[in-house]
Amino acid sequence: MDMGSFAQQFAQQLINGISLGSIYALIALGYTMIYGIIKLINFAHGDIYMLGAYMGFVATTMLGLSFVPALIFAMVAAGIAGIIIERVAYRPMRNAPRIAILITAIGVSFFLEYGMILIATPQPRTFPAVFEASVYNFYGLIVNSQQILILVISLVLMAGLTYIVNHTKVGKAMRAVSFDADAARLMGIDIDKIISMTFALGSSLAAAAGVLVGVYYNSIDPLMGMMPGLKAFIAAVLGGIGIIPGAMLGGVIMGIVEAMVSGFFSSTFRDAASFVILILILLYRPSGILGKNVKEKV
Amino acid sequence: MLKVEHIDVFYGAIHAVKDLSIEVAQGEIVTLIGSNGAGKSTTLRTISGLMKPKSGTIVFEDKNIAGVPAHKIVASGLCQVPEGRHVFANMTVLENLEMGAYLRSDKDGIAKDMEDVFQKFPRLLERKEQVSGTLSGGEQQMLAMGRALMSRPRLLLLDEPSMGLAPLLVKEIFHIIQEINAAGTTVLLVEQNANMALSIAAKAYVLETGKIVLAGTAQELASSEAVRKAYLGG
Ligand SMILES: Nc1ncnc2c1ncn2[C@@H]1O[C@H](COP(=O)(O)OP(=O)(O)OP(=O)(O)O)[C@@H](O)[C@H]1O
Ligand SMILES: [Mg+2]
Repeated sequence: MDMGSFAQQFAQQLINGISLGSIYALIALGYTMIYGIIKLINFAHGDIYMLGAYMGFVATTMLGLSFVPALIFAMVAAGIAGIIIERVAYRPMRNAPRIAILITAIGVSFFLEYGMILIATPQPRTFPAVFEASVYNFYGLIVNSQQILILVISLVLMAGLTYIVNHTKVGKAMRAVSFDADAARLMGIDIDKIISMTFALGSSLAAAAGVLVGVYYNSIDPLMGMMPGLKAFIAAVLGGIGIIPGAMLGGVIMGIVEAMVSGFFSSTFRDAASFVILILILLYRPSGILGKNVKEKV
Repeated sequence: MLKVEHIDVFYGAIHAVKDLSIEVAQGEIVTLIGSNGAGKSTTLRTISGLMKPKSGTIVFEDKNIAGVPAHKIVASGLCQVPEGRHVFANMTVLENLEMGAYLRSDKDGIAKDMEDVFQKFPRLLERKEQVSGTLSGGEQQMLAMGRALMSRPRLLLLDEPSMGLAPLLVKEIFHIIQEINAAGTTVLLVEQNANMALSIAAKAYVLETGKIVLAGTAQELASSEAVRKAYLGG
């Protein structure tokens, strides 16, 4: 491969990687926010993404909504589902040992996956083409309209989230609760309400990712959340679990690495690459790229 | 203003506070002294709603608040500055103070109270935009107190404000506690530094292994043989 075509291939995979990575980032944000606030690895989070994709499917096919209303519909529905799951499954376990609540999360994951199989059958569904897919060619670099859509929507959502977390009362309360729940309670913060809000926000971002993936790959199925869920979890750990910009960074890095591995080697190694990343990060920097290597304060 | 009657508090099987009763009248500074592990923090945490008593009542301004969740108790006008400050170290000084005013929506009142806090603690004003994790221990204590004041409490609970501070700073903090009290806020002060605490309090209780063993005016206790021996170094 000569230099010119290498550079072109590299640029092409970068584009693919960034759009895939923004999906991971959207899912990873929910993992990291929920971990930040109740120290739970929410294994059902990938299934919320699946649920979001189905909600988008329902909105576009049965309700006949166009893309943006369907996206909002899916985000709201998944947000409500997130609130219910926290209320019903996790809140009663709040003071239980970590392992018990982790197992609960796995249970919720199965419940969503097989519940969806029951309702919607295991058959993949074809996501309607809500967009005219056009393909642009910039000097040999192929970009399609879905990739642009994924990037734009992800950026808007991440900017929105960053604003909420840094500049609104609820967002500041989220940071306060995740830093020190008892101190937050002494400020008059109803931590149950803030935890609900966190689940709602995290779940709606995952739902947005689900809808975007539906639009991109045109196909959704009840188990579609397993692999991206796992990878987004790795992305969250890579960026530093509990750290919001870390989830964005981790997601994009994961996407780029996967795209490069599939582009330059073979897509069969793609999944392996993410697990290699996980192992490396756990070995050499368990607190993640943006995490501080310090123990909890005394 | 605050009447705690016969409360028992447990950590699992550990009986940390036993049949404890204390009373704080409007406008007073009352102190609760005792050595390590006596149950002082547990008592405050129970009053502020972070813990539930197994039995007994806690009446604050005619309402029984025993077992009411902490955030609702704050809303009723009682705020605790926890032992060890517990400032939100990942947030700026300003954001910490904003969290103190979490339940309020009167923008002008909040701005005014923030000015008051900065007047009491000029060092906080200089460090307004600084991330509070980088403040010194004394500054963090000031921030924790300022943050609590932002909720406009009628009763302020302070848990060992002197902990880990240099004598000069302890003096400054105690002076400010008197100032806060003079401005109309009732104070329940937990201390190991009995000398300082008794010097500003009107009434005092001595706690030993979860039980009140002595009570009286601060003067009485400061001159009592038992207290001098155990807590005032002779
Ligand atoms: N989280 C906990 N779990 C179990 N026991 C606890 C816990 N916190 C405190 N205790 C026990 O309860 C008793 C009272 O503790 P508390 O913290 O109220 O004491 P204190 O008077 O505030 O002490 P100090 O002056 O050291 O702060 C102690 O025997 C302590 O070991
Ligand atoms: Mg204590």
